[in-house]
Amino acid sequence: MLKPWLGRAGVLLLPALPTLCALVTTAVLFIAFLLIQGRPAWQAGPLVFEGAFGSLFAWENTLMRAAPLMLTALCVALPARAGLIIIGGEGALVLGGLAAAVTPLWLPALPAWPMLIAMGVASMLAGGLWIGLSGWLRQKRGVNETIGSLLLSYIGLAIFRHLVEGPLRDPNSLNKPSTPPLDSSYQIGVISDSFYVHWGLVAGIVACVLAWVLVRYSVIGFALRVVGGNPRTPRMLGLPVDRLVLLTCVLGGGAAGLAGMFEVSAVQGSANTALISGYGTAGILVAFAARHNPLAIIACAILLGGLEASGGLLQRRLGLPDATTLILQGMLFINLLAWETLTRRTGDWRLWLRGHWIAAPRAGLEEKGETSHG
Amino acid sequence: MVESDLSIFLLALLAGAIRVGTPFLFVSLGECLTEKGGRINLGLEGILVTGAMTGYAVSYLSGSPWLGVLAAGGAGLCLGLVHGVICSLPRVNDIAFGIALILFGTGLAFFLGKDFIQPSAPMLPSIPLGGWSDDTRVRSALNVNVLFFIGVALALVLHWGLRGTRWGLVLRLVGDHEDSAQALGYRPAGVRIVATGVGGFLAGVGGAYLSLYYPGSWNEGLSSGQGLMAVALVIFARWQPINCLWAALLFGAAGAVGPALQAIGIGWGYYLFNAIPYVLTLAVMVITCRPDRTLSGAPGELSLNR
Repeated sequence: MLKPWLGRAGVLLLPALPTLCALVTTAVLFIAFLLIQGRPAWQAGPLVFEGAFGSLFAWENTLMRAAPLMLTALCVALPARAGLIIIGGEGALVLGGLAAAVTPLWLPALPAWPMLIAMGVASMLAGGLWIGLSGWLRQKRGVNETIGSLLLSYIGLAIFRHLVEGPLRDPNSLNKPSTPPLDSSYQIGVISDSFYVHWGLVAGIVACVLAWVLVRYSVIGFALRVVGGNPRTPRMLGLPVDRLVLLTCVLGGGAAGLAGMFEVSAVQGSANTALISGYGTAGILVAFAARHNPLAIIACAILLGGLEASGGLLQRRLGLPDATTLILQGMLFINLLAWETLTRRTGDWRLWLRGHWIAAPRAGLEEKGETSHG
Repeated sequence: MVESDLSIFLLALLAGAIRVGTPFLFVSLGECLTEKGGRINLGLEGILVTGAMTGYAVSYLSGSPWLGVLAAGGAGLCLGLVHGVICSLPRVNDIAFGIALILFGTGLAFFLGKDFIQPSAPMLPSIPLGGWSDDTRVRSALNVNVLFFIGVALALVLHWGLRGTRWGLVLRLVGDHEDSAQALGYRPAGVRIVATGVGGFLAGVGGAYLSLYYPGSWNEGLSSGQGLMAVALVIFARWQPINCLWAALLFGAAGAVGPALQAIGIGWGYYLFNAIPYVLTLAVMVITCRPDRTLSGAPGELSLNR
C-alpha cells in the first residue's frame, strides 16, 4: 500500500535530486574543510543559519542582499535561455549605477517619481548596452560571449573607476571618491519602518516574475527554447536568432543595470567604488543554482543572500576570515555543476519508479517531453 | 628632454613586456595544452590566485622560493585535476565549471592566505643582463627573472613536443576528433585529465611568479584577470606554443603602458591605461574570430567553437 505513495513522492523529488545531493555534499565538504584546520566546524553551520534567517534583523540583511542578486542573476539566466553563458554582470551593474547617479545632475530638477523613472531607464540602458554589446559581438563577430562579456566587464569597471575618481568626482568626497550625493528626495526608502528592506526587493521579485512569464508563456519564450536547444533548427524555421539573442542580452543587462540603480539610490546615496562588491559574480552562481528558471532565482537569491549575510556573524563569533562565505559559494557552485551529471539518469529512474513502484498499467505512455537525451 | 622621456618610456615598455608577460606566458601555455586536448578551463584564473598564495606561503615558511614555485605548481595541479576529472562526467559543462573554479580558487586563496599578507617571503632571483650599461635604469630594466627563461624553454619544448612526440600527437588527436582517438584505443577522458592537470600546474607556477617576483607580494588584489585573458591569448596565438610566447610579450607590454606612463610623470587616466590589455584582448578577438567558420588550428572538439 505504501509503495505507490513512496513511488509518487520519488517521482516528484527526482528533479530536485541533483540539487539536494549538491547541498549535502557542500555541507559535508565545508565541515571537513573547517575540521582539517581545527576550526570550530560544528558551530559554523548553525551560525550560518542564524546569521541568515535567525531574526528579523537577519532576514532584513538577507533580503537586502538578495534584491540585487535576483537582478544580476537574470543577467545570466535570460541569455542562458538562448544558449549563451554571460558572466559580465558586474560591469553592467556598476555602469547602471553610475548612469543612475549622474541622471539627476544632467537633467533639470524634476519631481521625485519622474526622476526615479528616468534614473531607472538610464541605468537599464547602460546595463543593457553593455551586455547587449557582448551578444552582438558573439552573433555578428563570433567572439565567445563568456570571455567577451567578462572583458567588457573589466573595461566597464575601469571606465567606472576613471570617471568616479576623475571627471565625475565630487570635490567634497575626500576619503572615498564618489559622485555628488543624490538629493534626498531622489533616494529610495525602505518598504516600512518595521520591515527595513528597500524597494529593490520588490523590483527584483517583479522582474523575476515578468521574466518567468516571458520565457514560459510568451511566443518569444518558446522561440528562445528552440534557439537555446539547438543552433541549426531555429535557422531552418526562419527564427530571427540574432534578434532573439540580442533581446535576452539587453534585457538581462538592463536587469543588472537596475540593480546598480537601486544600490546607488537606496543604499549608497552616490556612485562610488563600494558598488564593486561582487553582486555580479554571485549572480552567476544564483542563476546556475536556479537552473536559469526565473522563479527559482527568487528562492536561490534569498539563500545566497543569507549565506553572504551570515559572513559577518562568522567573522565576529568564530574569528573566521571574510573569505569563508566565498569558499562556501565556490564549493556550492562546484557541487551543483558536478551533480548535474545525475540528470542523465533521472529520466530512467523515473520510468523505473513508475513501472515498479507505482505500477500503473499505462506508466510508459505518460512520459511527455520528459525523456532524457542520454 | 622629450627624447629621453620617450626612451625611458620605451625601456619601461620593453622591461614590462618581459616582467608583466611572464605570468601570461605560463598561464597561456597551460591553457594551450588544456585546449589542445579539447577542453577549456576558465578556472585558470582561480588556479593562478591559489598558486600565488601557495607559492608565497611556502616560500615564507620554508625560506626557499623555488620550493614555493613547486608547491604553487602542485596546488595548481590538484585544482586542474579536479576540473579534468569532474568535467569528464557526462553533462558537466566545462565553461561553467571553470567559472565555479574561479570562485573556489579565489575563496581558498583568500581564506588560507589571510595570515600571509603581512610578512615578507624570500623572492625569486633574477639574472642581471644589463651589467654592460652604466645607466641604473637600463640595469634594472634588464634584470630578467629566471622563470622567464624557463617559460621560453617550455614554449620551445611544447612546440616540439606537440608535433614530434607520440604523447603530443595523441593529445592533438583527442582534441581534434574524439571518436578516432577512441577507435585507436586511446581513452580521451584520461588524456584530457592529464592535460588539464599539467595546464593547472603551469598556471600555478604563473601565480607564484606574481607573488614571488612581480609585483612580489601576496594580497587579495594580486591578479587582475590574467588567467582569463590567457584564454583569449591562446585563441590569438592560434593554439601554437611559440605564438603564445609572442602574444604573452605583447600583452605584457600592453599591461606595462600604464606604469610606464607613470614613470615619465603622466598620471592622467591611470585606470583607463590599465584597461589596455582588456581592450587589446577584445580587439584581437574581434579581428580574429568569425561567426561563420572556425579558426584555423582550433582543436575540433573544443566547446568554444560549437
